[in-house]
Amino acid sequence: MTISARDSILGSIRRHLPEAAERPGHDGPWIQYPDPLSQFASVLEAIGGRCVRVKDVAEINQDLATFPVYAAARMMVSLVPGAGRSVREMANVADPHELADVDLAILPGDFAVAENAAVWVTDAAVKHRVIYFLSQHLALVVSAGQVVHNLHEAYARLTFDAARFGAFIAGPSKTADIEQSLVIGAHGPRSMTVYLME
Amino acid sequence: MTSATAHRDHPETAAEFVANDARAHWHDQSLWFVRARRDKASQTLPEWEELRERASKVKLHTMSRMADYLEQFERNAIALGAQVHWARTPAEHNEIVLGIIQKHNATRVVKSKSMLTEECHLNPFLERNGVVVTDTDLGEWIVQLRNEPPSHIVMPAIHIKKEEIGELFHDLLGTEKGATDPPYLVNAARQKLREQFLNAEIGLTGVNFAIAETGGFVVCTNEGNADLGVSLPKVHIACMGIEKIIPKAADLGYFLRLLGRSATGQPITTYSSHFHGPRPGGELHIILVDNGRSNILASPEFRRSLNCIRCGACMNTCPVYRRSGGHSYSTTVPGPIGSILAPTRDAQEHASLPFACSLCGSCTDVCPVKIDLHNQLLTWRRELALKFLVPFDKRLGMSLAAAVFARPWLYRVGGAIARRVFPWLPRMLVYNRWNPWGRQRELPEMPAQSFRALYARRKRNHKVPSDQKPASR
Repeated sequence: MTISARDSILGSIRRHLPEAAERPGHDGPWIQYPDPLSQFASVLEAIGGRCVRVKDVAEINQDLATFPVYAAARMMVSLVPGAGRSVREMANVADPHELADVDLAILPGDFAVAENAAVWVTDAAVKHRVIYFLSQHLALVVSAGQVVHNLHEAYARLTFDAARFGAFIAGPSKTADIEQSLVIGAHGPRSMTVYLME
Repeated sequence: MTSATAHRDHPETAAEFVANDARAHWHDQSLWFVRARRDKASQTLPEWEELRERASKVKLHTMSRMADYLEQFERNAIALGAQVHWARTPAEHNEIVLGIIQKHNATRVVKSKSMLTEECHLNPFLERNGVVVTDTDLGEWIVQLRNEPPSHIVMPAIHIKKEEIGELFHDLLGTEKGATDPPYLVNAARQKLREQFLNAEIGLTGVNFAIAETGGFVVCTNEGNADLGVSLPKVHIACMGIEKIIPKAADLGYFLRLLGRSATGQPITTYSSHFHGPRPGGELHIILVDNGRSNILASPEFRRSLNCIRCGACMNTCPVYRRSGGHSYSTTVPGPIGSILAPTRDAQEHASLPFACSLCGSCTDVCPVKIDLHNQLLTWRRELALKFLVPFDKRLGMSLAAAVFARPWLYRVGGAIARRVFPWLPRMLVYNRWNPWGRQRELPEMPAQSFRALYARRKRNHKVPSDQKPASR
């Protein structure tokens, strides 16, 4: 009988295991910012995103009114109650391919990381996770109280028991594959706005 | 693919690259720019060295329990609904991928960047079997359209000029003739690749990190192409080398902070996606591939090379890589780390690579997971010499040098003769095929006096008072 690839690989590893080495803990001198919100905003700007501090949903709508992308958008999805208009109801979308024509998606983000301007999102609230990547433009709404200093604090609050898909999104889709010229809007959203809401 | 053609040694392939002097300089500058960005990004964190230390320790710990963690990962991934496959060789891996594609009667596959599938030569295999594979990372797609392998693991098309891409796109996508504006070209690619994403039946990705504790894995991109590729079709195939395993999700705090900063100077890649099980109604296949990795684990000298998180920092900083180009290494992973990994697979074929190194140690300095790259390259040279895989002229030169250095009188006499005779020798006697060093450069002028003579005279002229002599240790 031939040995399975699995047993052969695991056997080969077990025959050659190096000596035990300790696993380091996760506590450490990780960076803290005097003002994590402004740190988040400045890093997001530096990586091509837009950060807007707002008090409430009404201020999001005020900003959207001045945002050319919003004025030009024909197909929109909003999963943040009261923010923007939702032209297409996510509940009625059976197949993710139907979202190919979405110009702007306004979606909730769970929390944000000051160190790298990443926002944590999951597929729990959006039904089709492709909406984060397929929309021409993306706006995420994050509670200002939900900004942690660094990625270690982020993982300390993440559990993966229920989540099936989650992602850190930091800025708009980009590429520098043509002679190192940074181009915003490779395959995914051409812009990313984060509303930090009080 | 050129990587499948007959093998040639690094000095030969590098000579072709440096023949175009302007281009070699342009390549050098492009990569140095990225290296400088890495330095700047690493300096934004006072805990940078601590992060490197921790990441390295996590990897070494993982290796010491590699089999347990892989089993734990498999168990948890299956519990989440994923199907887990194991492959010893590239052939086994490719058959598994093809089997899944055929089971779904599919022919259209979109793929995000995966060095593992490059290593397995998956694309040509699938194409031979009637599958249309589209590499969706822009750089990967460009090299795929040019029918060549990537020349860098993070920036696959770093060796190509925008004029050439403009020409390529004009021919294949119908962009304007002579257009070289990067935003214009990227937008043309965006339109075309969106069609591919929307038409794909299967999405294939690599894996940056697989988490034993949760059974999930992380894929990092800047373009979002991995996410688009696997969120539209129902079937996701994820291919990973077994060394991608880490124990806990919290360990990602180290690796994701280091990866983007080391690779391109970004605080984090734009998309760091965590996949746990298939999406509702979909299928997720994870293929765990060995292909020689368990052998590297067995070697105390080289196992640290399995720490590698494929950031490419060692390539960006390497003076040889920057001036000889990724293709000159004739391997999937080029540069310093590639020169360690390749000979573990086939020492004879890749014997020239550990010598494509100036031992400057810069790779070791920038490596985010503290691989002692230049030491391993030096170790490889010794191993290759023991295996008689060093070319005859190099061996002869080395044993001559060893014989001379072992006899100070011979060194002294040889030096004295050389200083007098060399200036009078005809060029063809000095600059010939036995002197590879003199191919691109002139030998320095022979000094009138030896260092030994200069030192002796200096000692005579300046008697050092005994109280100023350095204390002996």
